[in-house]
Amino acid sequence: MVVREKILDMVIGCFKRHGAKRIDTPAFELKETLTEKYGEDSGLIYDLKDQGGELLSLRYDLTVPFARYLAMNKVKKMKRYHVGKVWRRESPTIVQGRYREFCQCDFDIAGQFDPMIPDAECLKIMCEILSGLELGDFIIKVNDRRILDGMFAVCGVPESKFHAICSSIDKLDKTSWKDVRHEMVVKKGLAPEVADRIGDYVQCHGGVSLIEQMFQDPRLCQNKQAREGLGDLKLLFEYLTLFGIAEKISFDLSLARGLDYYTGVIYEAVLLQTPAQAEESSNVGSVAAGGRYDGLVGMFDPKGYKVPCVGLSIGVERIFSIVEQRMKTFGQKIRTTETQVFVATPQKNFLHERLKLIAELWDAGIKAELLYKNNPKLLTQLHYCEDMGIPLVVIIGEQEMKEGIIKLRLVASREEVAIKRENLVAEIQKRLSES
Amino acid sequence: MAERAALEELVRLQGERVRGLKQQKASAEQIEEEVAKLLKLKAQLGPDEGKQKFVLKTPKGTRDYSPRQMAVREKVFDVIISCFKRHGAEVIDTPVFELKETLTGKYGEDSKLIYDLKDQGGELLSLRYDLTVPFARYLAMNKLTNIKRYHIAKVYRRDNPAMTRGRYREFYQCDFDIAGQFDPMIPDAECLKIMCEILSSLHIGDFLVKVNDRRILDGMFAICGVPDSKFRTICSSVDKLDKVSWEEVKNEMVGEKGLAPEVADHIGDYVQQHGGVSLVEQLLQDPKLSQNKQALEGLGDLKLLFEYLTLFGIADKISFDLSLARGLDYYTGVIYEAVLLQTPVRPGEEPLGVGSVAAGGRYDGLVGMFDPKGRKVPCVGLSIGVERIFSIVEQRLEALEEKVRTTETQVLVASAQKRLLEERLKLVSELWDAGIKAELLYKKNPKLLNQLQYCEEAGIPLVAIIGEQELKDGVIKLRSVASREEVDVRREDLVEEIKRRTSEPLCIC
Repeated sequence: MVVREKILDMVIGCFKRHGAKRIDTPAFELKETLTEKYGEDSGLIYDLKDQGGELLSLRYDLTVPFARYLAMNKVKKMKRYHVGKVWRRESPTIVQGRYREFCQCDFDIAGQFDPMIPDAECLKIMCEILSGLELGDFIIKVNDRRILDGMFAVCGVPESKFHAICSSIDKLDKTSWKDVRHEMVVKKGLAPEVADRIGDYVQCHGGVSLIEQMFQDPRLCQNKQAREGLGDLKLLFEYLTLFGIAEKISFDLSLARGLDYYTGVIYEAVLLQTPAQAEESSNVGSVAAGGRYDGLVGMFDPKGYKVPCVGLSIGVERIFSIVEQRMKTFGQKIRTTETQVFVATPQKNFLHERLKLIAELWDAGIKAELLYKNNPKLLTQLHYCEDMGIPLVVIIGEQEMKEGIIKLRLVASREEVAIKRENLVAEIQKRLSES
Repeated sequence: MAERAALEELVRLQGERVRGLKQQKASAEQIEEEVAKLLKLKAQLGPDEGKQKFVLKTPKGTRDYSPRQMAVREKVFDVIISCFKRHGAEVIDTPVFELKETLTGKYGEDSKLIYDLKDQGGELLSLRYDLTVPFARYLAMNKLTNIKRYHIAKVYRRDNPAMTRGRYREFYQCDFDIAGQFDPMIPDAECLKIMCEILSSLHIGDFLVKVNDRRILDGMFAICGVPDSKFRTICSSVDKLDKVSWEEVKNEMVGEKGLAPEVADHIGDYVQQHGGVSLVEQLLQDPKLSQNKQALEGLGDLKLLFEYLTLFGIADKISFDLSLARGLDYYTGVIYEAVLLQTPVRPGEEPLGVGSVAAGGRYDGLVGMFDPKGRKVPCVGLSIGVERIFSIVEQRLEALEEKVRTTETQVLVASAQKRLLEERLKLVSELWDAGIKAELLYKKNPKLLNQLQYCEEAGIPLVAIIGEQELKDGVIKLRSVASREEVDVRREDLVEEIKRRTSEPLCIC
C-alpha cells in the first residue's frame, strides 16, 4: 500500500501541477449509460443483480462516466483528473498486473480550443509522470485514427472490415507482421495484396520526418482524412519540441488502440526494456495511453451537443508491479507507518505515566506509539522500534521521574540524552525537523 | 418505414392522452389502462434504432463529487488520515466486492440491504456493506494476530436514501481498528482519544461521546426480566432513544414487541441515566445489577477505561449512557458513539445531539467466524461518518464565504500580444520541469484581459506575462493578481522568484 500511495501521490502531483480539478463518480452507473460504449468489450462489464430497482453496472473505465458528467452538468470546458477503481470481467493474469478490479488515473481536457495545444499537454504530462517514477527509458507511440482510416481506404480495405483490421494491426506490438498478416488474410478475409500494402505502411515509425514523408506519399496524400491527421500530427510535433519532449515521441503507423471512441490522435507509452528485463514477463505492455475522442459526450447529450475531449490514462497497476518487483530485487525495506517516537518504560507500573506522556505528544501533533501492555519489557519495546523503523524513543522510569527528566534515545545510534520534561516536545520537534 | 412513422405517431398521441389524464387527475385505473396501451405500442416499435433516449443521472442514492466537493473532501480526509498516522496505523485496502458467502450472516436484519452482483457464470459476489467484515476476513485469511490499521473507502447499502440528510446508498467510511490480544482497555481508550482528536481538529462544533457496554446492556435486560429471546429486539428499541421519547420507545416495546409493562418500566429506570465515572461507581453499587456477572465485567472495564481517558485528557467529553445500544450484532464489549451538540434553544437546557458523526466498539468474536479453527482475534475500532461531516464543513465554508480553490495552480503563463504561443509553451514547460504549478490558456492569441480574468476566477495568485518588448530585454513581467503590482524579472531568475513568493507562509504574492 505504501508503494501504491507513493506512486499515486506522484501521479496526482503531476496532474495538480497542470491545473486539473478532481472529480469522483459512483462505482456503478445505470446500465443504459454504459451500453454501447465499449464495442466488443461490452461482455466484460459487471452487472448488478436486478433487485427490483434500477438496472446497474460497475463502471468499466473513467472516461464514459466523465462524458456522462459533462453532459449531465452541461459543462463545456473542464480540465479534470480522476483516480478510481474500475471493474472488468477479464481473464486475470495477475503476474502482468491485469486484475478484474484495478485503479485508473485519468486526466482529460474537455472543450473547444485551438488545435493540438491540449493534446500536447497530455503528452507532456505522460512524460513527466513516467520520468518522475524513474521506471527507466520509455517511448510514446503516436498515431491518428484518421491516418489509420485513410491508410485502410487507400490500401483497399473494405469499410466494413476497418474495425476488424484495426484490431489485427493493434497486435503488432506483441506479434510479428507475419502472424498479423496471416490473421488478416486467413481469418478476416482480406485480399493478400491489400494486406501487403498495409504492411508497407504499418511497419514505419519515426519522428517528424516520417510525417513529412507521409505527406509526400502519392497514395496517402490523396486521402482527405489522412491529410487532416498528418497535419495535426505535424503541429503536435512542433509543440512537443517546444515542450522539450520530442525525442521521446515516435510516430508509429502500427498503433491502433482498442477502444471505439477515439476520433483523432492516439498514443501509448511503453517502457523500453534491457534484454534481461525482457525475460521477465512483468515488463510487457503499455504503462499509459490515451487519445482524442470528440464524439463521446455528444452521445449523452439529448441534443447531441458535442464537447471535444482529449485525455490519458496511467496504468498504475502495471507500474505498482514493476516497482514492487524492483524493490524485492534490490531488497529495499519500506516503512509501513510514519511513527516518529515510541513511548517506553524500563520498569513495571508505569502505564499511567506512559499514557499521560503519549497524550502530550499526540496533542502536539507528534506521531507516537506505545505497546498495549501494562508492564512491557524494555528489550521488547526497543525491538519493536527497530522492526518498525521508529527513529526515537522516550523512556520514562523511576530514575527519570525523580530527576524530572525524560531520556531521549536515538534508535539508530543507541545514543541517549536526558531532556527536561517541560522541554520534551520542543526538543523532539527540533530533532524531527533536522532529520 | 411508413409503418414505423405511423406507429410513432400513435405512440405520441397515446403519450399525450396519458399526460392529459394525469393532468386532469383522472382515476388511477383509467391512467393505468392507458399507460398499458402506451407500453404495448412502444413494445411494437421494438428496440430504439439510432439515438438512445434515457435519463442522464447517477443511480439512486449515489452522487458525483464536483471539484468543489472534492476539495472539501480532501481537506477532511487530510485531517482524519493525519490523525490515524499519528497513532501509528498502517493502511490497507480490500476489493469493493466480496464473495457473497463472506458477507452472509454477518449483518442480521440489515442483510437485505446488501447489493448483489448478477450471476454471470462466475463466483457469486456482493458489494461490501462496511469495512469491518472485510477486515475480519483479511485478518483470518492472512492469519494475522495483531495489526493496527486504517481503511478509507466507499461502502454500499440498498437503503432508503435521504440525500438531504446525508444518507446515501454509496458512501465513504473511515475506519480505524486495533486487532490483537492486549492488556485490557488500552487500545479501547486510544480509539476514543482518536475520535476526540479528529472531531476537535475538524472544528465542526462541540461534541459528546456516549459510551456503554454490550455486557452491561445484556446484564441489565436480564435483571429487568427481559426474556433471552427478546434481547436483540429490545436492544434495537432502546437504540432509538436518541431520536424518540421514552414513551414512544416503551410503547414499541410493550405494544409491538410484547414486553411486559413492569419489565419495560425497570428498563426505563436504567436507560434514562447518563453521567461520568460516578455513574459507573453508582451502578457497581446497584443491588440488582451487581448480582449480574456480565454487568459487573462491563462496569469494571468501563471504570478502567475512564481512568485511561482521564490520563488522555478527554474524560470531560465522554458520557456513560445506558441508552446507547448500537445496531450491529457483532459488538461484544464497549460501544461508543459521538454526537455533535447543538446549542440549546433555551438557556439552562442540555445541548441536543443532532445525529452521530462517529461510532465504534469492541467485537471479539468476528474474526473467529472466518477462521476455520474458530481462532479468535479480539478487535476494537471506530468509524468516522464522513458524509455528514462533508455537509457540515461545506455549509460552514459557505457561511464564512470562504472561497475554496479547486486547483492549486500558482502561475498563469500569459502573453500580452499576438503570436507568442511558442514562447508561452516554452516558458510553461520550464516552470513545470521546475515543479511549479502552472497553466496557460489553450488559445493561440488570447486577450490579456481574458487571461487575467481566468486567474481571478480560479484564484491563481501570479501571472508571468510575456511581451515582445520584454522578450527583447530578456525579462518576464511577474504580476501579483491580488495587488495588481507588476515587476520585471530576468528570465533566468524567474523560477527562483516564483518559488520564493509561493513558499512564503501567508503567500503574500
